[in-house]
Amino acid sequence: MDTSSRDRIRAHARPFQWLWQYASPQRFYPVAGRLVPYCLASALLLVLVGLYVGFFVAPTDHQQGDAYRIIFVHVPAAWLSMLIYVVMAFWAGLGWVLNTRLSSMMARALAPTGALFTFLALWTGGLWGKPTWGAWWVWDARLTSDLILLFLYIGFMALQAATDDPRRGDKAGAVLALVGVVNVPIIYFSVQWWNTLHQGASISFKAAPTMGSTMLLGMLLCALGFWAYAIGVALMRLRNIVLEREGESDWVQGLPEVAVKKEPV
Amino acid sequence: MWVVFLAVIQRDLMLAFRRRADVLTTLFFFLMVVALFPLGVGPERDLLRTMAPGILWVAALLASMLSLGRLFALDHADGTLEPMLLSPEPLTVIVAGKVLAHWLVSGLPLVALAPLLALQFDLPPDAIGVLLASLLLGTPTMSLIGGVGAALTLGLRGGGVLLALLVLPLYIPILIFGSGAVVAQSTGLGSSAHLQLLGGVLAAACALTPWATAAALRIALD
Repeated sequence: MDTSSRDRIRAHARPFQWLWQYASPQRFYPVAGRLVPYCLASALLLVLVGLYVGFFVAPTDHQQGDAYRIIFVHVPAAWLSMLIYVVMAFWAGLGWVLNTRLSSMMARALAPTGALFTFLALWTGGLWGKPTWGAWWVWDARLTSDLILLFLYIGFMALQAATDDPRRGDKAGAVLALVGVVNVPIIYFSVQWWNTLHQGASISFKAAPTMGSTMLLGMLLCALGFWAYAIGVALMRLRNIVLEREGESDWVQGLPEVAVKKEPV
Repeated sequence: MWVVFLAVIQRDLMLAFRRRADVLTTLFFFLMVVALFPLGVGPERDLLRTMAPGILWVAALLASMLSLGRLFALDHADGTLEPMLLSPEPLTVIVAGKVLAHWLVSGLPLVALAPLLALQFDLPPDAIGVLLASLLLGTPTMSLIGGVGAALTLGLRGGGVLLALLVLPLYIPILIFGSGAVVAQSTGLGSSAHLQLLGGVLAAACALTPWATAAALRIALD
Protein backbone atom coordinates (compact mmCIF):
# COMPACT_ATOMS: atom_id res chain seq x y z
CA MET A 1 0.00 0.00 0.00
CA ASP A 2 1.29 3.52 -0.73
CA THR A 3 3.04 5.52 1.98
CA SER A 4 0.53 8.38 2.09
CA SER A 5 -2.35 6.11 3.09
CA ARG A 6 -0.13 4.35 5.57
CA ASP A 7 0.75 7.73 7.11
CA ARG A 8 -2.91 8.69 7.20
CA ILE A 9 -3.72 5.53 9.04
CA ARG A 10 -0.86 6.07 11.48
CA ALA A 11 -2.25 9.53 12.20
CA HIS A 12 -5.50 8.00 13.48
CA ALA A 13 -3.76 5.05 15.04
CA ARG A 14 -5.54 2.63 17.30
CA PRO A 15 -3.67 -0.33 18.64
CA PHE A 16 -3.04 -2.78 15.80
CA GLN A 17 -4.63 -0.37 13.29
CA TRP A 18 -2.44 -1.79 10.57
CA LEU A 19 -3.99 -5.20 11.22
CA TRP A 20 -7.63 -4.21 10.83
CA GLN A 21 -7.21 -3.52 7.13
CA TYR A 22 -6.86 -7.27 6.59
CA ALA A 23 -10.50 -7.71 7.55
CA SER A 24 -11.23 -6.60 4.01
CA PRO A 25 -11.44 -9.48 1.52
CA GLN A 26 -9.64 -7.36 -1.05
CA ARG A 27 -6.67 -6.75 1.25
CA PHE A 28 -6.41 -10.27 2.58
CA TYR A 29 -6.71 -12.09 -0.76
CA PRO A 30 -3.09 -11.49 -1.88
CA VAL A 31 -1.78 -12.10 1.64
CA ALA A 32 -3.49 -15.47 1.73
CA GLY A 33 -2.06 -16.20 -1.69
CA ARG A 34 1.45 -15.54 -0.46
CA LEU A 35 0.97 -17.64 2.70
CA VAL A 36 -0.41 -20.75 1.01
CA PRO A 37 2.81 -22.08 -0.56
CA TYR A 38 4.74 -21.69 2.72
CA CYS A 39 2.01 -23.45 4.68
CA LEU A 40 1.75 -26.37 2.30
CA ALA A 41 5.51 -26.74 1.91
CA SER A 42 6.10 -26.78 5.65
CA ALA A 43 3.18 -29.16 6.03
CA LEU A 44 4.74 -31.59 3.59
CA LEU A 45 8.12 -31.34 5.28
CA LEU A 46 6.78 -31.75 8.82
CA VAL A 47 4.53 -34.67 7.91
CA LEU A 48 7.32 -36.46 6.05
CA VAL A 49 9.75 -36.03 8.94
CA GLY A 50 7.07 -36.92 11.47
CA LEU A 51 6.09 -40.07 9.63
CA TYR A 52 9.72 -41.03 9.19
CA VAL A 53 10.26 -40.69 12.93
CA GLY A 54 7.05 -42.57 13.57
CA PHE A 55 7.59 -45.46 11.23
CA PHE A 56 11.35 -45.96 11.34
CA VAL A 57 12.77 -44.33 14.47
CA ALA A 58 10.20 -44.86 17.20
CA PRO A 59 10.52 -48.21 18.96
CA THR A 60 7.99 -51.02 18.79
CA ASP A 61 5.43 -50.87 21.55
CA HIS A 62 5.80 -53.75 24.01
CA GLN A 63 2.02 -54.23 24.31
CA GLN A 64 0.64 -53.46 20.86
CA GLY A 65 3.56 -54.26 18.60
CA ASP A 66 3.73 -52.24 15.43
CA ALA A 67 -0.04 -51.74 15.16
CA TYR A 68 0.24 -48.70 17.39
CA ARG A 69 2.01 -46.70 14.66
CA ILE A 70 -1.30 -45.49 13.29
CA ILE A 71 -1.22 -43.15 16.29
CA PHE A 72 0.93 -40.81 14.21
CA VAL A 73 -2.05 -40.15 11.95
CA HIS A 74 -4.93 -40.81 14.33
CA VAL A 75 -4.04 -38.50 17.21
CA PRO A 76 -2.99 -35.46 15.12
CA ALA A 77 -6.16 -35.83 13.04
CA ALA A 78 -8.29 -35.96 16.19
CA TRP A 79 -6.54 -32.94 17.70
CA LEU A 80 -7.01 -30.99 14.48
CA SER A 81 -10.68 -31.95 14.21
CA MET A 82 -11.39 -30.44 17.63
CA LEU A 83 -9.12 -27.42 17.11
CA ILE A 84 -10.60 -26.59 13.72
CA TYR A 85 -14.14 -26.73 15.13
CA VAL A 86 -13.28 -24.26 17.88
CA VAL A 87 -11.47 -21.97 15.43
CA MET A 88 -14.38 -22.22 12.98
CA ALA A 89 -16.86 -21.35 15.73
CA PHE A 90 -14.62 -18.44 16.75
CA TRP A 91 -14.44 -16.96 13.25
CA ALA A 92 -18.14 -17.52 12.62
CA GLY A 93 -19.02 -15.90 15.94
CA LEU A 94 -16.68 -12.99 15.24
CA GLY A 95 -18.24 -12.51 11.81
CA TRP A 96 -21.70 -12.51 13.37
CA VAL A 97 -20.87 -10.08 16.19
CA LEU A 98 -18.64 -7.65 14.25
CA ASN A 99 -20.49 -8.12 10.94
CA THR A 100 -17.26 -8.85 9.04
CA ARG A 101 -17.73 -10.89 5.87
CA LEU A 102 -14.21 -12.27 5.78
CA SER A 103 -14.46 -13.90 9.20
CA SER A 104 -17.56 -15.81 8.16
CA MET A 105 -15.91 -16.78 4.88
CA MET A 106 -13.01 -18.20 6.91
CA ALA A 107 -15.44 -20.29 8.93
CA ARG A 108 -16.94 -21.64 5.71
CA ALA A 109 -13.44 -22.39 4.42
CA LEU A 110 -12.47 -24.30 7.56
CA ALA A 111 -15.52 -26.54 7.77
CA PRO A 112 -14.70 -29.12 5.04
CA THR A 113 -11.14 -29.52 6.33
CA GLY A 114 -12.41 -30.05 9.86
CA ALA A 115 -14.93 -32.62 8.68
CA LEU A 116 -12.21 -34.41 6.75
CA PHE A 117 -9.92 -34.62 9.79
CA THR A 118 -12.81 -35.87 11.94
CA PHE A 119 -13.56 -38.57 9.40
CA LEU A 120 -9.87 -39.45 9.21
CA ALA A 121 -9.66 -39.72 12.99
CA LEU A 122 -12.72 -41.98 13.11
CA TRP A 123 -11.52 -44.13 10.22
CA THR A 124 -7.94 -44.56 11.49
CA GLY A 125 -9.36 -45.17 14.95
CA GLY A 126 -11.39 -48.03 13.56
CA LEU A 127 -8.35 -49.44 11.76
CA TRP A 128 -6.47 -49.30 15.06
CA GLY A 129 -9.33 -50.68 17.08
CA LYS A 130 -9.75 -53.85 15.05
CA PRO A 131 -6.38 -55.42 15.89
CA THR A 132 -6.18 -54.05 19.44
CA TRP A 133 -9.75 -54.05 20.79
CA GLY A 134 -11.16 -56.63 18.40
CA ALA A 135 -13.85 -54.29 17.10
CA TRP A 136 -14.00 -51.71 14.32
CA TRP A 137 -16.25 -49.55 16.44
CA VAL A 138 -17.51 -49.36 20.01
CA TRP A 139 -20.11 -46.99 21.29
CA ASP A 140 -18.05 -45.51 24.10
CA ALA A 141 -18.11 -41.85 25.10
CA ARG A 142 -15.15 -40.57 23.09
CA LEU A 143 -16.02 -42.28 19.81
CA THR A 144 -19.67 -41.29 20.10
CA SER A 145 -18.88 -37.66 20.86
CA ASP A 146 -16.40 -37.57 17.96
CA LEU A 147 -19.10 -38.94 15.67
CA ILE A 148 -21.37 -36.16 16.92
CA LEU A 149 -18.61 -33.70 15.95
CA LEU A 150 -18.68 -35.07 12.40
CA PHE A 151 -22.47 -34.64 12.32
CA LEU A 152 -22.08 -31.06 13.58
CA TYR A 153 -19.62 -30.24 10.79
CA ILE A 154 -21.96 -31.77 8.21
CA GLY A 155 -24.93 -29.90 9.67
CA PHE A 156 -22.96 -26.63 9.51
CA MET A 157 -22.11 -27.21 5.84
CA ALA A 158 -25.64 -28.36 5.00
CA LEU A 159 -27.24 -25.32 6.60
CA GLN A 160 -24.98 -22.93 4.70
CA ALA A 161 -25.53 -24.84 1.46
CA ALA A 162 -29.31 -24.66 1.87
CA THR A 163 -29.29 -20.90 2.44
CA ASP A 164 -29.40 -18.80 -0.69
CA ASP A 165 -28.60 -15.49 0.99
CA PRO A 166 -24.88 -15.69 1.92
CA ARG A 167 -25.08 -13.31 4.86
CA ARG A 168 -28.01 -15.18 6.36
CA GLY A 169 -26.08 -18.39 5.88
CA ASP A 170 -23.05 -16.87 7.61
CA LYS A 171 -25.02 -15.80 10.66
CA ALA A 172 -27.14 -18.94 10.90
CA GLY A 173 -23.98 -21.01 10.67
CA ALA A 174 -22.47 -18.93 13.46
CA VAL A 175 -25.40 -19.72 15.77
CA LEU A 176 -25.16 -23.41 14.94
CA ALA A 177 -21.38 -23.56 15.36
CA LEU A 178 -21.54 -21.78 18.72
CA VAL A 179 -24.31 -24.07 19.98
CA GLY A 180 -22.22 -27.07 18.95
CA VAL A 181 -18.94 -25.90 20.47
CA VAL A 182 -20.08 -27.31 23.81
CA ASN A 183 -19.41 -30.75 22.29
CA VAL A 184 -15.65 -30.20 22.04
CA PRO A 185 -14.93 -30.17 25.80
CA ILE A 186 -17.21 -33.19 26.08
CA ILE A 187 -15.05 -35.08 23.58
CA TYR A 188 -11.86 -34.00 25.29
CA PHE A 189 -12.96 -34.84 28.83
CA SER A 190 -15.04 -37.90 27.92
CA VAL A 191 -12.20 -40.24 28.80
CA GLN A 192 -12.02 -38.70 32.29
CA TRP A 193 -15.73 -38.44 32.95
CA TRP A 194 -16.75 -41.90 31.77
CA ASN A 195 -15.33 -45.40 31.91
CA THR A 196 -14.35 -45.69 28.29
CA LEU A 197 -12.58 -48.30 26.26
CA HIS A 198 -10.62 -45.50 24.56
CA GLN A 199 -7.45 -44.84 26.50
CA GLY A 200 -7.03 -41.79 28.66
CA ALA A 201 -4.88 -38.76 27.98
CA SER A 202 -1.16 -39.53 27.90
CA ILE A 203 -0.21 -35.92 27.41
CA SER A 204 -1.26 -33.24 29.85
CA PHE A 205 -0.07 -29.82 30.89
CA LYS A 206 0.34 -30.92 34.48
CA ALA A 207 2.54 -34.00 34.30
CA ALA A 208 5.28 -35.52 32.17
CA PRO A 209 3.94 -37.44 29.19
CA THR A 210 3.52 -41.12 29.77
CA MET A 211 4.63 -42.16 26.31
CA GLY A 212 8.13 -42.63 24.87
CA SER A 213 9.86 -39.46 23.74
CA THR A 214 10.46 -40.49 20.13
CA MET A 215 6.81 -41.49 19.81
CA LEU A 216 5.84 -38.12 21.25
CA LEU A 217 8.19 -36.34 18.85
CA GLY A 218 6.74 -38.11 15.83
CA MET A 219 3.22 -37.34 16.96
CA LEU A 220 3.95 -33.66 17.56
CA LEU A 221 5.70 -33.29 14.19
CA CYS A 222 2.73 -34.86 12.43
CA ALA A 223 0.34 -32.66 14.42
CA LEU A 224 2.23 -29.51 13.37
CA GLY A 225 2.30 -30.74 9.79
CA PHE A 226 -1.45 -31.39 9.76
CA TRP A 227 -1.97 -27.96 11.31
CA ALA A 228 0.08 -26.27 8.59
CA TYR A 229 -1.82 -28.28 5.96
CA ALA A 230 -5.16 -27.23 7.47
CA ILE A 231 -4.15 -23.55 7.42
CA GLY A 232 -2.86 -23.77 3.85
CA VAL A 233 -5.89 -25.57 2.48
CA ALA A 234 -8.30 -23.32 4.38
CA LEU A 235 -6.60 -20.23 2.96
CA MET A 236 -6.86 -21.69 -0.56
CA ARG A 237 -10.52 -22.38 -0.04
CA LEU A 238 -10.96 -18.90 1.43
CA ARG A 239 -9.53 -17.38 -1.73
CA ASN A 240 -12.07 -19.30 -3.79
CA ILE A 241 -14.91 -18.20 -1.56
CA VAL A 242 -13.74 -14.59 -1.81
CA LEU A 243 -13.71 -14.83 -5.61
CA GLU A 244 -17.22 -16.29 -5.62
CA ARG A 245 -18.76 -13.88 -3.15
CA GLU A 246 -16.98 -10.70 -4.31
CA GLY A 247 -17.10 -11.67 -7.98
CA GLU A 248 -19.09 -8.63 -9.08
CA SER A 249 -16.61 -6.14 -7.69
CA ASP A 250 -14.02 -4.29 -9.80
CA TRP A 251 -10.98 -5.59 -8.00
CA VAL A 252 -11.94 -9.20 -8.68
CA GLN A 253 -12.77 -8.47 -12.31
CA GLY A 254 -9.32 -6.94 -12.66
CA LEU A 255 -7.44 -9.94 -11.27
CA PRO A 256 -5.25 -11.71 -13.82
CA GLU A 257 -6.75 -15.08 -12.97
CA VAL A 258 -10.29 -13.79 -13.50
CA ALA A 259 -9.97 -11.24 -16.31
CA VAL A 260 -11.28 -12.45 -19.63
CA LYS A 261 -8.82 -11.91 -22.42
CA LYS A 262 -10.43 -9.65 -24.95
CA GLU A 263 -9.67 -10.09 -28.61
CA PRO A 264 -8.41 -6.85 -30.22
CA VAL A 265 -11.27 -5.45 -32.30
CA MET B 1 -43.61 -9.86 30.71
CA TRP B 2 -45.51 -12.61 32.47
CA VAL B 3 -48.69 -11.44 30.75
CA VAL B 4 -47.03 -11.76 27.33
CA PHE B 5 -45.70 -15.20 28.19
CA LEU B 6 -49.14 -16.48 29.18
CA ALA B 7 -50.81 -14.77 26.23
CA VAL B 8 -48.45 -16.46 23.77
CA ILE B 9 -49.01 -19.84 25.38
CA GLN B 10 -52.77 -19.36 25.35
CA ARG B 11 -52.73 -18.36 21.68
CA ASP B 12 -50.60 -21.30 20.61
CA LEU B 13 -52.64 -23.79 22.60
CA MET B 14 -55.84 -22.42 21.08
CA LEU B 15 -54.41 -22.67 17.56
CA ALA B 16 -53.19 -26.21 18.21
CA PHE B 17 -56.57 -27.17 19.55
CA ARG B 18 -58.18 -25.93 16.35
CA ARG B 19 -55.83 -28.15 14.39
CA ARG B 20 -56.08 -31.19 16.56
CA ALA B 21 -55.24 -33.46 13.66
CA ASP B 22 -51.69 -32.15 13.51
CA VAL B 23 -51.19 -32.92 17.16
CA LEU B 24 -52.72 -36.34 17.00
CA THR B 25 -50.66 -37.38 13.97
CA THR B 26 -47.49 -36.83 16.04
CA LEU B 27 -48.90 -39.06 18.75
CA PHE B 28 -49.85 -41.79 16.32
CA PHE B 29 -46.43 -41.58 14.69
CA PHE B 30 -44.93 -42.27 18.12
CA LEU B 31 -47.27 -45.23 18.60
CA MET B 32 -46.50 -46.71 15.20
CA VAL B 33 -42.73 -46.35 15.42
CA VAL B 34 -42.76 -48.07 18.80
CA ALA B 35 -44.83 -50.87 17.27
CA LEU B 36 -42.43 -51.27 14.35
CA PHE B 37 -39.48 -52.39 16.43
CA PRO B 38 -40.94 -55.60 17.86
CA LEU B 39 -42.19 -56.41 14.39
CA GLY B 40 -38.70 -55.94 13.09
CA VAL B 41 -36.60 -57.70 15.75
CA GLY B 42 -39.02 -60.44 16.75
CA PRO B 43 -41.26 -60.88 19.78
CA GLU B 44 -38.76 -62.41 22.17
CA ARG B 45 -39.59 -60.89 25.55
CA ASP B 46 -36.17 -60.60 27.10
CA LEU B 47 -34.76 -58.91 24.03
CA LEU B 48 -37.63 -56.45 23.90
CA ARG B 49 -37.37 -55.70 27.60
CA THR B 50 -33.68 -54.85 27.17
CA MET B 51 -34.31 -52.73 24.12
CA ALA B 52 -37.43 -50.98 25.43
CA PRO B 53 -35.81 -47.85 26.91
CA GLY B 54 -33.90 -47.18 23.72
CA ILE B 55 -36.87 -47.85 21.45
CA LEU B 56 -39.21 -45.63 23.43
CA TRP B 57 -36.66 -42.85 23.66
CA VAL B 58 -35.74 -42.92 19.96
CA ALA B 59 -39.41 -42.92 18.98
CA ALA B 60 -40.09 -39.98 21.32
CA LEU B 61 -37.11 -38.18 19.83
CA LEU B 62 -38.26 -38.70 16.24
CA ALA B 63 -41.85 -37.74 17.02
CA SER B 64 -40.70 -34.63 18.83
CA MET B 65 -38.46 -33.69 15.94
CA LEU B 66 -41.17 -34.14 13.32
CA SER B 67 -43.47 -31.74 15.11
CA LEU B 68 -40.80 -29.00 15.30
CA GLY B 69 -41.63 -27.77 11.83
CA ARG B 70 -44.88 -26.42 13.17
CA LEU B 71 -43.22 -24.25 15.77
CA PHE B 72 -42.56 -21.17 13.67
CA ALA B 73 -43.49 -22.07 10.11
CA LEU B 74 -47.23 -21.61 10.49
CA ASP B 75 -46.86 -18.16 12.04
CA HIS B 76 -44.28 -17.25 9.41
CA ALA B 77 -46.61 -18.32 6.62
CA ASP B 78 -49.50 -16.12 7.65
CA GLY B 79 -47.33 -13.18 8.63
CA THR B 80 -47.78 -13.13 12.37
CA LEU B 81 -44.13 -13.82 13.10
CA GLU B 82 -42.81 -10.42 11.99
CA PRO B 83 -44.94 -8.46 14.48
CA MET B 84 -43.57 -10.70 17.20
CA LEU B 85 -40.06 -9.65 16.22
CA LEU B 86 -41.07 -6.00 16.10
CA SER B 87 -42.91 -6.03 19.40
CA PRO B 88 -41.50 -4.09 22.35
CA GLU B 89 -41.77 -7.22 24.47
CA PRO B 90 -38.59 -9.30 24.72
CA LEU B 91 -38.46 -11.84 21.90
CA THR B 92 -36.92 -14.40 24.27
CA VAL B 93 -40.13 -14.36 26.36
CA ILE B 94 -42.30 -14.82 23.28
CA VAL B 95 -40.09 -17.65 22.05
CA ALA B 96 -40.09 -19.31 25.48
CA GLY B 97 -43.89 -19.18 25.46
CA LYS B 98 -44.11 -20.74 22.02
CA VAL B 99 -41.70 -23.51 22.94
CA LEU B 100 -43.58 -24.27 26.15
CA ALA B 101 -46.86 -24.44 24.26
CA HIS B 102 -45.21 -26.70 21.69
CA TRP B 103 -44.03 -29.02 24.45
CA LEU B 104 -47.47 -29.09 26.08
CA VAL B 105 -48.99 -30.11 22.79
CA SER B 106 -46.31 -32.43 21.33
CA GLY B 107 -44.10 -33.60 24.19
CA LEU B 108 -46.44 -34.04 27.13
CA PRO B 109 -48.81 -36.45 25.32
CA LEU B 110 -45.81 -38.63 24.49
CA VAL B 111 -44.83 -38.68 28.16
CA ALA B 112 -48.38 -39.63 29.08
CA LEU B 113 -48.53 -42.44 26.55
CA ALA B 114 -45.07 -43.87 27.21
CA PRO B 115 -45.91 -45.93 30.34
CA LEU B 116 -48.69 -47.69 28.46
CA LEU B 117 -46.32 -48.58 25.66
CA ALA B 118 -43.66 -49.61 28.18
CA LEU B 119 -46.11 -52.24 29.41
CA GLN B 120 -46.13 -53.68 25.90
CA PHE B 121 -42.42 -54.26 26.34
CA ASP B 122 -42.81 -55.84 29.77
CA LEU B 123 -40.78 -53.19 31.58
CA PRO B 124 -40.98 -53.51 35.39
CA PRO B 125 -42.81 -50.73 37.30
CA ASP B 126 -39.73 -49.07 38.77
CA ALA B 127 -38.20 -48.83 35.30
CA ILE B 128 -41.43 -47.35 33.99
CA GLY B 129 -41.25 -44.73 36.74
CA VAL B 130 -37.72 -43.79 35.74
CA LEU B 131 -38.78 -43.75 32.09
CA LEU B 132 -41.55 -41.29 32.94
CA ALA B 133 -39.14 -39.06 34.87
CA SER B 134 -36.52 -39.16 32.12
CA LEU B 135 -39.04 -38.33 29.40
CA LEU B 136 -40.51 -35.57 31.54
CA LEU B 137 -37.07 -34.01 31.79
CA GLY B 138 -35.98 -34.85 28.26
CA THR B 139 -38.94 -33.83 26.09
CA PRO B 140 -38.93 -30.16 27.17
CA THR B 141 -35.16 -30.07 26.50
CA MET B 142 -35.80 -31.46 23.05
CA SER B 143 -38.44 -28.81 22.39
CA LEU B 144 -36.08 -26.08 23.59
CA ILE B 145 -33.09 -27.21 21.53
CA GLY B 146 -35.31 -28.06 18.58
CA GLY B 147 -36.58 -24.50 18.68
CA VAL B 148 -33.10 -23.27 17.80
CA GLY B 149 -33.02 -25.59 14.80
CA ALA B 150 -36.53 -24.63 13.73
CA ALA B 151 -35.63 -20.94 13.83
CA LEU B 152 -32.39 -21.48 11.89
CA THR B 153 -34.08 -23.42 9.09
CA LEU B 154 -37.16 -21.20 8.81
CA GLY B 155 -38.18 -20.95 5.18
CA LEU B 156 -35.20 -22.84 3.80
CA ARG B 157 -35.52 -25.49 1.15
CA GLY B 158 -34.50 -28.89 2.45
CA GLY B 159 -37.18 -28.41 5.08
CA GLY B 160 -37.74 -31.04 7.71
CA VAL B 161 -34.78 -33.21 6.76
CA LEU B 162 -32.34 -30.32 7.16
CA LEU B 163 -33.89 -29.56 10.54
CA ALA B 164 -33.42 -33.20 11.55
CA LEU B 165 -29.79 -33.13 10.40
CA LEU B 166 -29.06 -30.06 12.48
CA VAL B 167 -30.92 -31.02 15.60
CA LEU B 168 -30.18 -34.74 15.97
CA PRO B 169 -26.50 -34.34 16.95
CA LEU B 170 -27.62 -31.97 19.69
CA TYR B 171 -30.27 -34.46 20.85
CA ILE B 172 -27.84 -37.34 21.19
CA PRO B 173 -26.63 -36.52 24.74
CA ILE B 174 -30.24 -36.28 25.91
CA LEU B 175 -30.95 -39.66 24.36
CA ILE B 176 -27.88 -41.20 25.99
CA PHE B 177 -28.73 -39.94 29.47
CA GLY B 178 -32.46 -40.54 29.17
CA SER B 179 -32.24 -44.06 27.92
CA GLY B 180 -29.25 -44.71 30.17
CA ALA B 181 -31.31 -43.75 33.22
CA VAL B 182 -33.83 -46.49 32.54
CA VAL B 183 -31.14 -49.04 31.73
CA ALA B 184 -29.28 -48.12 34.93
CA GLN B 185 -32.47 -48.63 36.92
CA SER B 186 -33.09 -51.99 35.31
CA THR B 187 -29.57 -53.21 36.03
CA GLY B 188 -29.73 -52.01 39.63
CA LEU B 189 -27.13 -49.22 39.36
CA GLY B 190 -29.56 -46.46 40.19
CA SER B 191 -30.73 -43.76 37.84
CA SER B 192 -30.14 -40.67 39.98
CA ALA B 193 -26.93 -39.61 38.24
CA HIS B 194 -28.52 -39.79 34.79
CA LEU B 195 -31.66 -37.98 35.92
CA GLN B 196 -29.64 -35.25 37.59
CA LEU B 197 -27.63 -34.76 34.41
CA LEU B 198 -30.86 -34.59 32.42
CA GLY B 199 -32.14 -31.99 34.85
CA GLY B 200 -28.94 -30.03 34.45
CA VAL B 201 -29.20 -30.09 30.67
CA LEU B 202 -32.83 -28.95 30.96
CA ALA B 203 -31.84 -26.07 33.22
CA ALA B 204 -29.08 -25.00 30.84
CA ALA B 205 -31.43 -25.26 27.87
CA CYS B 206 -34.09 -23.18 29.66
CA ALA B 207 -31.53 -20.48 30.32
CA LEU B 208 -29.70 -20.40 27.00
CA THR B 209 -31.86 -21.64 24.14
CA PRO B 210 -34.57 -18.92 24.13
CA TRP B 211 -31.84 -16.38 23.54
CA ALA B 212 -30.26 -18.46 20.76
CA THR B 213 -33.68 -19.09 19.18
CA ALA B 214 -34.54 -15.40 19.26
CA ALA B 215 -31.20 -14.56 17.65
CA ALA B 216 -31.78 -17.21 15.00
CA LEU B 217 -35.27 -15.83 14.27
CA ARG B 218 -33.84 -12.35 13.76
CA ILE B 219 -31.24 -13.81 11.40
CA ALA B 220 -33.91 -15.73 9.49
CA LEU B 221 -36.25 -12.81 9.08
CA ASP B 222 -33.92 -9.89 8.43
